[in-house]
Amino acid sequence: MSDPGRQRVTFTVNGEDRDAWVFPHDSLLDVLRDALGHHEVRYGCGEGVCGTCTVLLDGEPVSGCLLLAVQADGCSIVTVRGLAPGGDLHPLQACFLRNGAAQCGFCTPGMLLTAWALLQRDPRPSRERIRRELVGNLCRCTGYSKILDAVEEHAAQAAEGSGEPRRGAPVGREGSGEGTGGDA
Amino acid sequence: MVAAPFRYERVSSFEEAVRALHERGEDAKVIAGGQSLVPMMNLRIARPEWLIDVNPVGAGPIEDHGGYLRLPALTRHRAIEEAEVVRRRCPILAEAAAHVGNVRTRTRGTVGGSLAHADPAAELPCVAVALGAEVTVLGRDGARAVAADDLLVSYLTTTLAPDEVVVEVRVPTLGPRGGWSFLEMSRRSSDWMVVGVAALVELDAAGAVTAASVAVGGVAERAWLVPAEALADLLGAAPEEALLARVAERAAAMLRPEDDVQASGEYRRRLAAVLGRRALAQAVARAGLSEAELAPRGNGEQT
Ligand SMILES: Cc1cc2nc3c(=O)[nH]c(=O)nc-3n(C[C@H](O)[C@H](O)[C@H](O)COP(=O)(O)OP(=O)(O)OC[C@H]3O[C@@H](n4cnc5c(N)ncnc54)[C@H](O)[C@@H]3O)c2cc1C
Ligand code: FES
Ligand code: FES
Repeated sequence: MSDPGRQRVTFTVNGEDRDAWVFPHDSLLDVLRDALGHHEVRYGCGEGVCGTCTVLLDGEPVSGCLLLAVQADGCSIVTVRGLAPGGDLHPLQACFLRNGAAQCGFCTPGMLLTAWALLQRDPRPSRERIRRELVGNLCRCTGYSKILDAVEEHAAQAAEGSGEPRRGAPVGREGSGEGTGGDA
Repeated sequence: MVAAPFRYERVSSFEEAVRALHERGEDAKVIAGGQSLVPMMNLRIARPEWLIDVNPVGAGPIEDHGGYLRLPALTRHRAIEEAEVVRRRCPILAEAAAHVGNVRTRTRGTVGGSLAHADPAAELPCVAVALGAEVTVLGRDGARAVAADDLLVSYLTTTLAPDEVVVEVRVPTLGPRGGWSFLEMSRRSSDWMVVGVAALVELDAAGAVTAASVAVGGVAERAWLVPAEALADLLGAAPEEALLARVAERAAAMLRPEDDVQASGEYRRRLAAVLGRRALAQAVARAGLSEAELAPRGNGEQT
């Protein structure tokens, strides 16, 4: 087969314009980690199962390992760093810390982003809804209860006005991209 | 693992996709949500030489045409799960979509991809077959309509030609005295089904069954539509528990599911009978309820 050749892609990562020269077979996960230094996005399974590679694509959680970088051209991407742009903990992160919802921390970025995206859609989700939403983010350490506690606590704080539910991530064009198809 | 190198082309219409598939030949594949194709490529089970990306085509809205809903092929599982029109007019489809994988799978995966991929344990083909859904397929000689039941052949095999694409799916909407149920058993929530059952019934004003349709996933090389003769005893009858159980047992007895790592064939057959009885009973109980009462509780919570 002839050389597929690299092409240039541009997107925003946590609100910042970035570009990279990529092969068609490069996953967004690889490009974020290897070319752009976003090591907070992690490689677990490469099959869409574990959720460690979760990023928000135009506001919606996707598996970075299953998205080709060329497909993200022109899109907005948010990694967990986007939740705490100034380096201060996002209130959701603070809840994770307080509840012991992170141990080794490997799954935590994916958990946080999935939970954050859920809270954008549904600011007061039931525990069952949180469980259903996080079911695709695997954790070897916590036993999950503390993660559910943390997300619930943050939702409750936000409802009381102390948790700033919409603070943080510079998510551009939420759900409007070709990538997410929430247009129905 | 990472995918083997391939070449990549984006197209902005399905006509262009058909042309590109034809020109690129056997080693070209369409990529939609990538939720089945990319894992297979990462595991090197699939090694297409060309990927034709149809995402720029876009999904567009789900349309209510009275007797049926029109779902563009690129409609994401998440949109099916959440669209108000689906939850009201074809709630079984919303319920089934809520069971597809994890939230990231549903954000990206598409109805066209699910039907074209034809996994025997996938929810949407199973429900499409029970509903008598119609799939619009575009090829070099134009579009053709094919019943979902005639599209599916076997494991990951359909009657699509290599240069044909799924363009849209039409699903019949729920009748005024129609009831539905979708139940599945999986090892863990979000896992592929071990067995899943989609059941639809219609009752007359006196409560007798006038129509019934049942499809079972996970028990054969494709979603299995229960033959009409196996459901014939229901027609004209009052749908009592004992009758529903007998019908479900008889249908399940026709199955010869295979053993695999998830379950033995015999266990699958037993599950088909139990879930079949429960699904029929739930569909009967829901028949005649209003659209609002019928909408799924959502998020795949077992009802
Ligand atoms: C972790 C995980 C869990 C999953 N769990 C489930 C589950 O429980 N139930 C389930 O049903 N699925 C599950 N899936 C698969 C998922 O549903 C896929 O979304 C779906 O099977 C394929 O849709 P896609 O749009 O992603 O297709 P792709 O992966 O892009 O393509 C799949 C195949 O269909 C072809 N294709 C795609 N679109 C078209 C078209 N319009 N016309 C012609 N051919 C086309 C492609 O060429 C390819 O051969 C899971 C996936 C993952 C990663
Ligand atoms: S690395 Fe992407 S889901 Fe596991
Ligand atoms: S905290 Fe270790 S994997 Fe979740």
